[in-house]
Amino acid sequence: MNILIKNARLMNEGDPVDFYIRDGRISKPFDEPCDRTYDVGGAALFPGLIDAHCHLRDPGYEYKEDIESGTKSAAKGGYTSVCPMPNTNPVCDNAAVVSSIVSKSKQVGSANVFPIGAASKGLNSKELAEIGLMKDAGIVAVSNDGLPVETSDLMRKVMEYAGAFDLIVMDHCEDKSISEGAMNEGALSTRMGLRGIPTLAENIMIGRDIQIAEYLGLPVHVCHVSNRAGIQLIRDAKARGVKVTAETCPHYFSLTEEACEGFDTNAKMSPPLRAEDDRQAVIEGLADGTIDIIVTDHAPHHQDDKQIEFSLALNGIVGFETAFSLGYTHLVRTGRLSLKHLVECMAKRPSDILKLGRGTLDIGAPADITCFDLENAYVFDKDKMLSKARNTPFHGHELFGKCVLTITGGRTTYEELR
Amino acid sequence: MTLRSKDLLGINEMTAEEITEILDTAEMMKRVLTSGNKKTSHLQGKSVITLFYENSTRTRLSFELASKYMGSASANISTSGSSVNKGESLLDTVRTIDMMATDIIIMRHNQSGAPHFIAPFLKASVVNAGDGMNEHPTQALLDMFTMRERFGTLEGLKVAICGDIYHSRVARSNTLGLTKLGAKVFLYGPPTMLPIGIKEMGCTVAKSLDEAVEGADAVMGLRVQLERQSKSLFPSVAEYSKYFSILPDTLARAKPTAIIMHPGPCNHGVELPTVVYESPQSLINEQVTNGVAVRMAVLYLLIARRNQQ
Repeated sequence: MNILIKNARLMNEGDPVDFYIRDGRISKPFDEPCDRTYDVGGAALFPGLIDAHCHLRDPGYEYKEDIESGTKSAAKGGYTSVCPMPNTNPVCDNAAVVSSIVSKSKQVGSANVFPIGAASKGLNSKELAEIGLMKDAGIVAVSNDGLPVETSDLMRKVMEYAGAFDLIVMDHCEDKSISEGAMNEGALSTRMGLRGIPTLAENIMIGRDIQIAEYLGLPVHVCHVSNRAGIQLIRDAKARGVKVTAETCPHYFSLTEEACEGFDTNAKMSPPLRAEDDRQAVIEGLADGTIDIIVTDHAPHHQDDKQIEFSLALNGIVGFETAFSLGYTHLVRTGRLSLKHLVECMAKRPSDILKLGRGTLDIGAPADITCFDLENAYVFDKDKMLSKARNTPFHGHELFGKCVLTITGGRTTYEELR
Repeated sequence: MTLRSKDLLGINEMTAEEITEILDTAEMMKRVLTSGNKKTSHLQGKSVITLFYENSTRTRLSFELASKYMGSASANISTSGSSVNKGESLLDTVRTIDMMATDIIIMRHNQSGAPHFIAPFLKASVVNAGDGMNEHPTQALLDMFTMRERFGTLEGLKVAICGDIYHSRVARSNTLGLTKLGAKVFLYGPPTMLPIGIKEMGCTVAKSLDEAVEGADAVMGLRVQLERQSKSLFPSVAEYSKYFSILPDTLARAKPTAIIMHPGPCNHGVELPTVVYESPQSLINEQVTNGVAVRMAVLYLLIARRNQQ
């Protein structure tokens, strides 16, 4: 199948050009007739976005989201590849579950799905999962995500063992013994009478992981870093050559703990939204490269899990359909990050960390591309999301950078052209 | 003057003027309460429901009596005898109460923010009778009423609040309210019971019990909430009593006119010894009476607002 995209501004630079796709790959210009032609009217064309950290809730929690709805939501946000965390039911801790996710994605998915395997069986933090067999089935990394590996001993073994299969360990850094709480610990949590989660809970584990990685000379990836001191730990480690990479999420650079005011459960997540100084530190960390990538941590939840008392509500927010807009609005338009840098954080670098071989517009590369209207503001409406879930704190926010076209492997997965 | 909100969720949400309005109204209500005939008709034809997810003696009874003295239809639901025990969600429970033409729902809940969560879904006015560790606004109102009645004003008073600040919704509501009305609040307790950032609520965190009590007009003990101790915050009751209890020697540092307060129930010998509890300076029992008057005022003003809408 041949596709022609007319009037696209590659990386939003230069004059609008025609962009060719042949048989699922980015192509040189050709004269043959095209099966599809899109005129994107000067919209910016980027490599398809790659989300290294999300939750599709499939199998097991399809009432929250499933592979079909989740990847449709991803495509609407400009994503062409997503990496779901293993906290499904059954847990993605063996090759059979990995294979079922991969095959279902090929049948009903609107994005490439590269699963992340559990680091330990059943996420139990006791025994190593079958990491090698899962790699053969298609995983691109291992993680215990929200149930982080508790003991330093097992974390060491996970890094060592995964290293043999050239897989990176992604760690949700949280010392659960000190993190029993509902929001960031500080004056606001004190005033609201909510138990606080100190930045300490995150940073103790970041420090531990860095120490283990440094000792072993192996890589580790720090998930969703949210606070200044944690970012500094990573910055210092990188400076002395530790193979540590790090991610953050759009909510950590676009919101603060103030969003919890009024006990809004759509501002409840883990790690929690932090203080304004931490938000600034996240932006600084992105700008200087301490934080390598931006992920969504797309965490769909049913209304019944969110429309309850604050401390009882589940953690997490959806993210696919706001991620790029938040980056463009709060980082690029404010002059804190170049557009090129933002797109790198959301495509090329996640691909590099997970060794996906994507995230470029090179001739011959898989035709994973997305186009964004960067000119016009829009008001984000949660009820227009393609996700099954509605748990977003961004409803009603005026944003810039709206996806108008997404093509994944030469297949149109989202289109909203006038 | 009318209250701005249909609900009374917390002192945090209230202005100094609203607090003063309630205290002024409570003065009138106290005269009713202490007269021979306690019956008024302010709540006639109205319904008031108390919904308590936690135990209570004073708050619950004072709300019930307040509503009855003022002529309302009232009923109470406790979690043990209701569908809450069958697993009904909070929202479904309060919507059910709301749909019975209820005017005011008075709720105590163990989760901070529970009343803030339900209020937007309901036609009824919601009164927070204590939510988790967040607020206990009517307790603070009755405490402020008690102090104002004794001293004439709250402006410039020094109030020491001592004990388990971390778990105390009473401390939070009082700190917010007293500060709004110009009093100086000093907090003291074991460091493990002093939550981070509390001074940003406008109070002073004292370095010692003596510093907190020195020259105070009012000294308030807080109950050590043994049921809320999720983690070890102090080693033993014996040690707490020795270092953190409000003893007569400490009290001697307060002004001679100082009053002793406690929201109750009191662990005698822990927060303060019986000799202090029962001393002439103690207004702990007077607080209970004032609690009824203040709650009458709150119900009166909320119904007045509803009648205007």
